[in-house]
Amino acid sequence: MSVVSKRPAWWRGRTVVIGIPFAWLLVFFLAPFLIVADYSVSEMGAVRPENIYSVSDGVVKLALKYANYVTIVADPEHLYLRAYVSSLKFAAVTTALCLLIGYPFAYFMARARASLQPALLMLVMLPFWTSFLLRVYAWKGLLEDGGWVAQLLLALHVDGLLAATGLISAPGKFMYTPFSLVIGMTYTYLPFMILPLYANLSKLDLRLLEAAADLGATPWQAFWRITVPLSKAGIIAGAMLVFIPSIGEFVTPELLGGPQTLMIGQVLWSEFASSNDWPMASTVAVVLILLIVVPLAIFNKYQAEAQEKRT
Amino acid sequence: MSTRRAFFSPTFATRFGKGWLFAGFLFLYLPIVSLVAYSFNASSLPSVWTGFTLDWYRKLGSDREMLAGLWLSLEIAFLTACGSVLLGTLAAFSLVKYKRFSGRTLFSGMVNAPLVMPEVIIGLSLLLMLVAVQKSFDAPDLGPVGRWFVDSLLSRGLGTIWLGHMLLCTAYATVVVQARLQDMPASLEEAALDLGAKPFQVFALITLPMISQALAAAWLLTFSLSLDDVVISNFLNGPGSTTMPLVIFSRARLGLNPSVNAMATVIITIVAICVTLGSLWIARAERRRAAEMNAAQRGG
Repeated sequence: MSVVSKRPAWWRGRTVVIGIPFAWLLVFFLAPFLIVADYSVSEMGAVRPENIYSVSDGVVKLALKYANYVTIVADPEHLYLRAYVSSLKFAAVTTALCLLIGYPFAYFMARARASLQPALLMLVMLPFWTSFLLRVYAWKGLLEDGGWVAQLLLALHVDGLLAATGLISAPGKFMYTPFSLVIGMTYTYLPFMILPLYANLSKLDLRLLEAAADLGATPWQAFWRITVPLSKAGIIAGAMLVFIPSIGEFVTPELLGGPQTLMIGQVLWSEFASSNDWPMASTVAVVLILLIVVPLAIFNKYQAEAQEKRT
Repeated sequence: MSTRRAFFSPTFATRFGKGWLFAGFLFLYLPIVSLVAYSFNASSLPSVWTGFTLDWYRKLGSDREMLAGLWLSLEIAFLTACGSVLLGTLAAFSLVKYKRFSGRTLFSGMVNAPLVMPEVIIGLSLLLMLVAVQKSFDAPDLGPVGRWFVDSLLSRGLGTIWLGHMLLCTAYATVVVQARLQDMPASLEEAALDLGAKPFQVFALITLPMISQALAAAWLLTFSLSLDDVVISNFLNGPGSTTMPLVIFSRARLGLNPSVNAMATVIITIVAICVTLGSLWIARAERRRAAEMNAAQRGG
């Protein structure tokens, strides 16, 4: 077979291989997304949402209606703004807690006996395989009056402290509060923090720590000045893997949250399902995407840098 | 100085480390253990343990809504896992093997986007598109074929939920397969091409066996993701097509419900068995492959 006749065969196979997933994504990912963008600048008409363009007398008229975007900012009760802010706030608190628990966890996992590590890794990943919904639901049983964790917290007298900081509304009541929401979110996203951190920390060159010790650094100093800076990529990857999905969370606030913890995913759903205002739901969705783009860009930048270093 | 040294003595650090790991695993597993434990509690309240019972399982056996939901969920999860592994393999292959083609940046962006896109947005956007398509088909003179198309494919139900799950799961399948393809040395495929194998033969005889573990892992992952999804199904389901997670979600919203615990225990058991068997199989295949590679290298 000559080279010339081989080329088209490759090319044809190539077109099919790329073409099928490409076409699929264009039709079922990009097109729906553009429809959402289109809806977001239209208004709920009497019968159906009015589109951004209309054809009259053979002329296409563009009529962008920013009313929904104005509503988001200027709503007198600040429903939308408050939901956006509280989504960001709960996502940030969840990320911080995951880092606080997950960093030492991943660190000690990476320092555990080498023969134990695969089993420990498996144990961290196993909850990820069991249903997310059921694991969130389980916290309901644990934090409800008389639940195991609720009883433990009462016995430790932590509830007074939690009530004082406003994390729970009244002593002894743990469910449907910011506290229960944050516990649930931290719980579900903890493995996402541990895994990239472990991947990073297990590759740390221990000779660097020995060198630091030889040069007179205390273990604490060596930790802060060598281990932590070298694991920066892992910290950022883990933080973003927790932060980004936390913002748009829906199931956890629905099950564990209360009146104080309205998150933007819930607002989007209620605009869609209860108010039947599809354009408004679309506008909320577009703004939500804009919120996610910033952390995503940071994440991609560091991933690209880490990739460059590796090669 | 000396006290500080003592504070960070190796034994203290080891003990602290072990304690932290233990507490962490307790945090990760306590809820799962409690789910299972409460499913055997005779009382429907978590506060009191009134004795061991299998009543909740018996009730589950006659729980029409839950069982119908389970069956529907299994169907959707099976179809999603097969479809998304197929599409994900094609997408991963495109990204790894073809470094240049027009629209590659857009393509790779779209492949990964569902991983970070909130599920509420995936659900909403697909639903709005289905409605738009349905509207454009809603002419009165549709004919029998057109009617069938609109009624069976576009009306909300198994098909539309499957579509939504496919979108999310294809992204995960792509990531898993892509990671494997990237690790694979190109030399084997090149050797096969040099020896005269057609591109498709190379794929079927060399590439496919080498990525089979990744395909199995991707299948298991997408199956369990689909079986678990609430949000996308919540947008795309229709009357009579309530999946198991939707049943659980609506009951869990109202409060604690031991039937949910019983269902949870059944699912956790099945998933634990599947994951254990799956990972054992993957580990064994991995070892065998490594041994073969070693033998081949020694032989060469």
